[in-house]
Amino acid sequence: MAEHAAHSTAHVVPPKVYYVVFTTLMVLTGVTVAVAYLDLGALNAVAALAIACFKATIVVLYFMHVKYSTRLIKLTVIAGLYWLVILFGLTMNDYLMRAMGTFGQQVIQGPR
Amino acid sequence: MAHAAPHSDSPHHPALAHHFDNLAQQQEAASLGMWVFLLTEILFFGGLFLVYTIYRAWYPDAFASASHHLDIPLGTVNTAVLIGSSLTMAMAVHAAQLNSRRGIMLFIVLTMILGGVFLGIKGVEYSHKFHEHLIPGPHFAYAEAEFFRPAQLFFSLYFIMTGLHAIHMIIGIGLMIWMLVWTYKGIIGDGYFSPVEVVGLYWHFVDIVWIFLFPLLYLIGRHATGH
Repeated sequence: MAEHAAHSTAHVVPPKVYYVVFTTLMVLTGVTVAVAYLDLGALNAVAALAIACFKATIVVLYFMHVKYSTRLIKLTVIAGLYWLVILFGLTMNDYLMRAMGTFGQQVIQGPR
Repeated sequence: MAHAAPHSDSPHHPALAHHFDNLAQQQEAASLGMWVFLLTEILFFGGLFLVYTIYRAWYPDAFASASHHLDIPLGTVNTAVLIGSSLTMAMAVHAAQLNSRRGIMLFIVLTMILGGVFLGIKGVEYSHKFHEHLIPGPHFAYAEAEFFRPAQLFFSLYFIMTGLHAIHMIIGIGLMIWMLVWTYKGIIGDGYFSPVEVVGLYWHFVDIVWIFLFPLLYLIGRHATGH
């Protein structure tokens, strides 16, 4: 019974893959801290987000098995990202257009 | 289909619900259901990340200044601890796929320990913030007076986002206790492991949230001098 179940269920990822993903995540954590101390101007935020997105992607693909999952689950994951893009896209569109040229330029007044 | 002929997938497995053909189909449905839940979680945390984005764009200098009050070594160690717990969680699911009940229990306990270490370090950080009067509210104190109000926005977001993340971890540890009991009782095993897989998905999601929280909260404007 167990044998039947074992070969009929999801793809068994060899632990070696998990070790490689884990090592990559650890190295990238070091990289993201190191990069934060370099002065890259606006690229600091871009680099931090790019590294975080790459880390999240390999967690989703390997730790969460999406690489080995059915198209339905892949589509579900992409749908989630799609809605997130809508959330950010429409909201930032509103904020940036409404405050065109002045967004982020406000003079900050403290109460004391 | 299942009733038409004896199925190779042991349709009488005690964990197999009657409306599924076999355990593989049941597993697929469970993962799909968990992913749909995680989509709501993506948008739940997404809303907070959106608020963060707007206010950081609005008050970039205040956010950089406030970020300097967070402890990078503790944050880095916690990131490593959480990534380690994702590895042990993945290994718990691996053990479950191989029907190793001992392996499931070993790796779930390791994951719980690492999760506990993360929460402990987080508690130490919260305590530091409390003593430094960095909790937004009447006792908030900030050396740079011009950032007094927007720095409170930063710390409000810091406590809400890391606090919700910590609540998710506490729930995750609770789910793992449940998995330990089920594995000990033998409910999980013998080809049935979707609960462990689904708890794993949840735990990895919580890890991903932290992967974004860490650079966005701790590492802003570190290259800038003058603070």
